[in-house]
Amino acid sequence: MELLCPAGSLPALKAAVDNGADWVYLGLRDDTNARNFPGLNFDDAALAAGLAYAHARRRRVLMAVNTYPQAGNWARWTAAVDRAARLGADAIIVADAGLIAYARDAHPRLELHLSVQGSATSHEAINFFHERFGVKRAVLPRVLSLAQVEQVARRTPAEIEVFGFGSLCVMVEGRCMLSAYACGEAPNMSGACSPAHAVRWQETPAGLESRLNGVLIDRYAPGERAAYPTVCKGRYAAAGEAYYAFEEPASLNTLELLPEFARIGVRAVKIEGRQRSPAYVAQVTRVWREAIDALQAGTFAPRPAWAAALARHAEGSQTTLGAFSRPWK
Amino acid sequence: MKLALGPLLYYWPRAAVLGFYEAIAAAPVDTVYLGEVVCSRRHEVPFEDWLAIGGRLAAAGKEVVLSAQALTESEGDLKLQRRTAANGRFGVEANDWGAARLLAGTRGWVAGPHLNVYNPQTLALLAQMGATRWVAPVEATRELVAGVLAERPAGLEAEVFGYGRMPLAFSARCFTARRLNRQKEDCGYACLDFPDGLALDTREGKPFLAVNGIQTLSAGVYCLAEELAALREAGVDCLRVSPQSSGTVEVLRTLRAACEGRLSSFDARKALGALAPGKLWNGFWHGRPGMQAA
Repeated sequence: MELLCPAGSLPALKAAVDNGADWVYLGLRDDTNARNFPGLNFDDAALAAGLAYAHARRRRVLMAVNTYPQAGNWARWTAAVDRAARLGADAIIVADAGLIAYARDAHPRLELHLSVQGSATSHEAINFFHERFGVKRAVLPRVLSLAQVEQVARRTPAEIEVFGFGSLCVMVEGRCMLSAYACGEAPNMSGACSPAHAVRWQETPAGLESRLNGVLIDRYAPGERAAYPTVCKGRYAAAGEAYYAFEEPASLNTLELLPEFARIGVRAVKIEGRQRSPAYVAQVTRVWREAIDALQAGTFAPRPAWAAALARHAEGSQTTLGAFSRPWK
Repeated sequence: MKLALGPLLYYWPRAAVLGFYEAIAAAPVDTVYLGEVVCSRRHEVPFEDWLAIGGRLAAAGKEVVLSAQALTESEGDLKLQRRTAANGRFGVEANDWGAARLLAGTRGWVAGPHLNVYNPQTLALLAQMGATRWVAPVEATRELVAGVLAERPAGLEAEVFGYGRMPLAFSARCFTARRLNRQKEDCGYACLDFPDGLALDTREGKPFLAVNGIQTLSAGVYCLAEELAALREAGVDCLRVSPQSSGTVEVLRTLRAACEGRLSSFDARKALGALAPGKLWNGFWHGRPGMQAA
């Protein structure tokens, strides 16, 4: 079982490597990846330094080029793929079929992983990318049950990667335009969900309000914990009653499922959070490294210290199994 | 400009579905997309009955296309996807790459709006695989559509979502069941009670979204009635109307009259505003937030 950890900066990359990541994934400082936030991500110098640091310690680096190039800006995406190949990234994570075809033709030796943004939820879809373009691994959207993940893994020669921990997309990745609907920018075209420049916090007589481009996402009573205002974690009213219509602020945590993942043939687990701090990366990576080592030693049992460490970094201090839990659906 | 009726996104009682398509058989629409694209639990109209409805509409001179389910999770979903792809009578709209794989090598299928085609390179790949129509993602701007079609593969038609509540997201979770504190597998088919989706307002009472089982739609209604000239100029061949519980035939008549120049775009918009279950919005086409009107 391989562990993939996020890096939004060189210190985060080092934290991931130092704490036991097998792979570190990162992106460039633009809209070619799905964490296009100001001050985050890698320029060429940081990328070269990060690659050198990881490779000297025999870890691998993945570059995410996982948003959708559009008519008119295609060249920015192919340039990102070319940079990954030229600077020596070990693989790229891609969503757009046309861009995958480009990478296969231009850089036949560059390893290709299908991004979660590619929305491939069945072996039929994954096999399309595997057969046609040699895609080696697919990251599954957070919609399948364990039995469904097992079915997929059995019926494709591609390696299967699932999410282990981090902020939870309630919607199928690559198929959510909620943020574009409210503020004009969403992951597919802009590489951002609820971008900070569109978010406003305001104290009002009715309580603390969070807005996205003017749309009231939530309002908090005194003492209530406020969460970052993504559309899917807001409270709305249906027939007069305000409630979390989609999901409470909570993070995915599948640590307890590690033995099941191993049994059904999952090849890798991914930690979400390129937008998070190096301290987050260090602590979350360390917990998962210990857990995977215990699994491989045959001594795996969930430890309270692991749960406590992960809960500290969870949205709203809550964790969920998401679609792996039947009642969640 | 041709008109298409997109797949019925909501869950209506069987008699309502049959009555709806009986009316559509006599309505001014060129293409009708049929089938359940949202939720595999819905069973009022089984696959065989969709074929029968297709036969009725084909006899009335409509082009019939079967739309494949957008989110496939189970082996049952894949079985239905295979039956749809291999139906042998009607065209098929692929809404994920699994369906595209099944259709590759056949000719005359539709690359649906959920395939995420944002550039000419991906469209060329689909055309090579045999797709002959592209339905743009609902968030596509005018520039994007024109840019993709500037390098249009030979023989490929372009369709744009032109009227209806915007399909914005899918999930594994059922939000209609969640509203009623039920689990998805014991949902009681609650979607039957919300023929245009379950409205969600912000906490200050503004219409925002509509929940339709595992799908989330806009509260407002996308409307490109005033953009017909720009749509033609961009190379769009067909405008998609999404079914709503009342007034769909009137919507089609209004848009047909506008396309044929019998109704001004101003009057068309006014008429559609009176038929829509929400405000009319067109932000996406203009590169703005979807819930705005330019």
